[in-house]
Amino acid sequence: MAAVTETLDTVQSVTQSGYKWGFETTIEMDFAPKGLNEDIIRLISTRKEEPEWMLEWRLKAYAAWLKMEEPHWARVDHPPIDYQDLHYYAAPKKKAGPKSLDEVDPELLKMYEKLGIPLKERAILAGVDPDTVENTQVAVDAVFDSVSVATTFQATLRKAGVIFCPISEAVRDHPELVKQYLGTVVPTGDNFFAALNSAVFTDGSFVYIPKGVRCPMELSTYFRINARNTGQFERTLIIAEAGSHVSYLEGCTAPQRDENQLHAAVVELVAMDDAQIKYSTVQNWYPGDANGKGGIYNFVTKRGACRGARSKISWTQVETGSAITWKYPSCVLHGEDSVGEFYSVAVTNNHQQADTGTKMIHIGKGSRSTIISKGISAGHSNNTYRGLVRMLPSATNARNFTQCDSLLIGDQCGAHTVPYIESRNLTAKVEHEATTSKIADDQLFYCRQRGLSEEDAVGLIVNGFCKDVLKELPMEFAVEAQKLLAVSLEGSVG
Amino acid sequence: MLDIRGLAASINDKPILKGIDLVVPQGEVHALMGPNGSGKSTLGYVLSGREDYEVTAGTVTFNGVDLLTMEPEQRAAAGVFLAFQAPVELPGVNNANFLRTALNAIRRAHGEPELDAVQFLKLARAETKRLAMPDDMLKRNVNVGFSGGEKKRNEVLQMAILRPKLAILDETDSGLDIDALKIVADGVNALRGPEFSALVITHHQRLLDHLVPNRVHVLAHGRIVRSGGPELAKELEKSGYAGLIAEAA
Ligand SMILES: Nc1ncnc2c1ncn2[C@@H]1O[C@H](COP(=O)(O)OP(=O)(O)O)[C@@H](O)[C@H]1O
Ligand SMILES: [Mg+2]
Repeated sequence: MAAVTETLDTVQSVTQSGYKWGFETTIEMDFAPKGLNEDIIRLISTRKEEPEWMLEWRLKAYAAWLKMEEPHWARVDHPPIDYQDLHYYAAPKKKAGPKSLDEVDPELLKMYEKLGIPLKERAILAGVDPDTVENTQVAVDAVFDSVSVATTFQATLRKAGVIFCPISEAVRDHPELVKQYLGTVVPTGDNFFAALNSAVFTDGSFVYIPKGVRCPMELSTYFRINARNTGQFERTLIIAEAGSHVSYLEGCTAPQRDENQLHAAVVELVAMDDAQIKYSTVQNWYPGDANGKGGIYNFVTKRGACRGARSKISWTQVETGSAITWKYPSCVLHGEDSVGEFYSVAVTNNHQQADTGTKMIHIGKGSRSTIISKGISAGHSNNTYRGLVRMLPSATNARNFTQCDSLLIGDQCGAHTVPYIESRNLTAKVEHEATTSKIADDQLFYCRQRGLSEEDAVGLIVNGFCKDVLKELPMEFAVEAQKLLAVSLEGSVG
Repeated sequence: MLDIRGLAASINDKPILKGIDLVVPQGEVHALMGPNGSGKSTLGYVLSGREDYEVTAGTVTFNGVDLLTMEPEQRAAAGVFLAFQAPVELPGVNNANFLRTALNAIRRAHGEPELDAVQFLKLARAETKRLAMPDDMLKRNVNVGFSGGEKKRNEVLQMAILRPKLAILDETDSGLDIDALKIVADGVNALRGPEFSALVITHHQRLLDHLVPNRVHVLAHGRIVRSGGPELAKELEKSGYAGLIAEAA
C-alpha cells in the first residue's frame, strides 16, 4: 500500500537522475576476442572447466545455429545484429567494483532505497565486492550480512537435499543430472536464440529439488552471490522431482544496466508427478533513453515441461525493461491433469517494443491452463501479446482460459493481441477474452480531485489494472513491482 | 469563505456559465438548485479544476486564495471536495488503498505525518460505522459494481474521511431511498462547523429538510437567477422553475 504513496518521490528522483547506473568505472574485464567460432566456444568451455561432453554439446548447438536464421515474425524492429561483433566471454576481474557503499553513487543508492530494496541487497546490486570490503567500515555489516545470509541459506538448503548453484558448478559437480535434463525441454536447435545460447551460455542457475521435498525458502538470484554479474547468455535449469515444490525468483526491480546489448537466456523447467514450480520474474533491464537510443535486446526462451501427472508450472512475469522483449514462457503439459499458468504484466514506454506471451501445449488428459496477460503501452511504444494454445488429440477434456487485457496511455502507442488457437480434440475447451482500454480523463480527474498527483493517479490505476497478476507474485516482490510499474511509466501522462 | 465573482466558463467553445456571483461564507451550507442543463455540474467541475472547462472571465477565491490557478490536487489539499454526480469506477483499485493514498497526499501537503495502514483502517472503520455503511465498502474496488446508491454513499464516506473545508455535493441525493438520504445529510451535518462550508446541488426539498441550508440559489442558463432563504426551496417544490426563469429573462 505504501508503494503508491511513495510513488511521487520515486518518480521525482528518477526524473532528476534519469536511468542511472551510477558507477561506470572501468571495470577490468577478462575478454575473449570478438566474434564467434569453435575456438571461442572451446575457450568458454575451458574457462568454465567443463568436461568434454559439455563442450561437444555446445559445438553441436553451434553447428545447428550456423544453419539457422534469425527469426523475424515478432512485431519488433531493430537494426541487424552483427553476431561476429560481440564478445562471447567476459569475466570481470576481482577487485573491480566499489569497495564499500561509501564509494557508490548516492543517487543510485537512493533509488534502491525508494524501491524498497534492503540494504544488504543494495550493496550487492551496486556491485560492492564482498571479498574486498573486509577492512572498510560502513559497508562491512551490510555486505557481510549478505554473505552470511547466503551461507545460512546454503546450509538450510543442503539439509533439505536441495541443490541450488551456478549452472557451471552443476556441470562439474552433478554431471549426471545436467546430462539427463539439459536441452530436453528446450532442445539445442529449438530456435535461433536458444541454439546460440546453448553454444555460448556462461552462467545461470541450477536447481534440483528431490522427491517429496518442499523447498524451505524461496530461491532468489539475490542470494546467489555471483549472480550480480549476470551474463549475456544465461542458462537456467530447474528440476522438481515427484511431489516437490519450489518457488524461484529471477531478477530484481532495481535498474540493471549492461553494456551487452544482446541478451538471449534459456530457462528450462521440469516437473514430475505432483511437483509444483513457481517461477517469478521481474525484468528491468535498461530500456534505452526517451528517444529510443540504446537499451537491451532481450530474446529469451523459457519453457517448462509438466512431465508428471498433476504437476504444475506457473510463470509470473513483470516486464518493464529492455528496448526489445521477445519472450514466451511456455508450458508443455504432458502429464494427466497437469496445470500450466502464465501471469504477465508487460509495460512499454517511450520507444520500447515488447512481443511477449506464452504457449500452452496440452498433451495430457484433463490438463488445464490459465493465461492472464496485462499489457500497458505508453509513449511511442508497441506492446504485443502473442499466445498459442494447442490441444493435441490426446488432450481429452483439457481446458484453457485466456484473459488478455491492454491498457493504453496516450495516443501514440500500440497494443496488439495475437492469439493462436489450435484444437485437435473435440472435448477440449478453449476460452479467450480480450479487452483494450485507455486510462480515461475522468478517472485521472477523479483521483486528482481527491488529492492525488497525476503520476500517483496513473500508478494507482495501472496497479489496479495489473492486480490479478501482481497478486501471484511473492509478497515482497509484489510491493517492489508496484513501485516499479509507476517508475516505468514516469512522464507518460500530461 | 468561497467567493465567486463574475465567473464565466465554456466547454468546447460553448459558453455554459455566464457570470456567476456567489458567496458561501465559512460555516454556512448553501443549496444550489436549477433545471437540468443549467450548469450546476459545470460549476462544480470548474471549482474543482477539471481541465476540459475553460474559464473565460471572473475570479474564485477560497479563504482568500485564488483557486483558479491551482491544480485539482492542490485544490483538494486546500480542502475542496467534489462529490461527483456520476462517481467514476477504478477497476482493481481497492477503496481503502485509494482513500489512504488520497488522505496521505493531503496530509503531506499540509506537512502532517502520513497514516500507516493500521491507523488509517481504524479511522476509516469508525467513519464507516458512524455512517451505518457495511464494512466491505472499504475492501471493494472504487465504485466497481456498486449500485447507484452505493456509489453516492461511497462519495459521502470519502468526504467523511477526507474532512474537506468546502464540500460540493452534486446531486448526491438523487436516486437514494429515504434512509440513504439521511446518510448524506448526516455526512454533511457531521462536518458542519465554523471552518466548513458546503454547496449542495439538489432537486429535492427532502434533503434540505435534513440539512436546513443557510441560503438557496437558483441557477438557470448559466446565471444565478434568484437567491433566498430555506423557504425558497419549498416554494420551488410547489411552483417549479418555469415561472422563476421567465421572470428573470
Ligand atoms: N463536453 C461537453 N460539450 C458540450 N456541451 C457540454 C459538455 N458537457 C456539458 N455540456 C453542456 O453544458 C450544459 C450544462 O451542463 P451541466 O453543467 O451538466 O448541467 P446541470 O448539472 O445543471 O444539469 C448542458 O447544456 C450540457 O449539455
Ligand atoms: Mg448535473
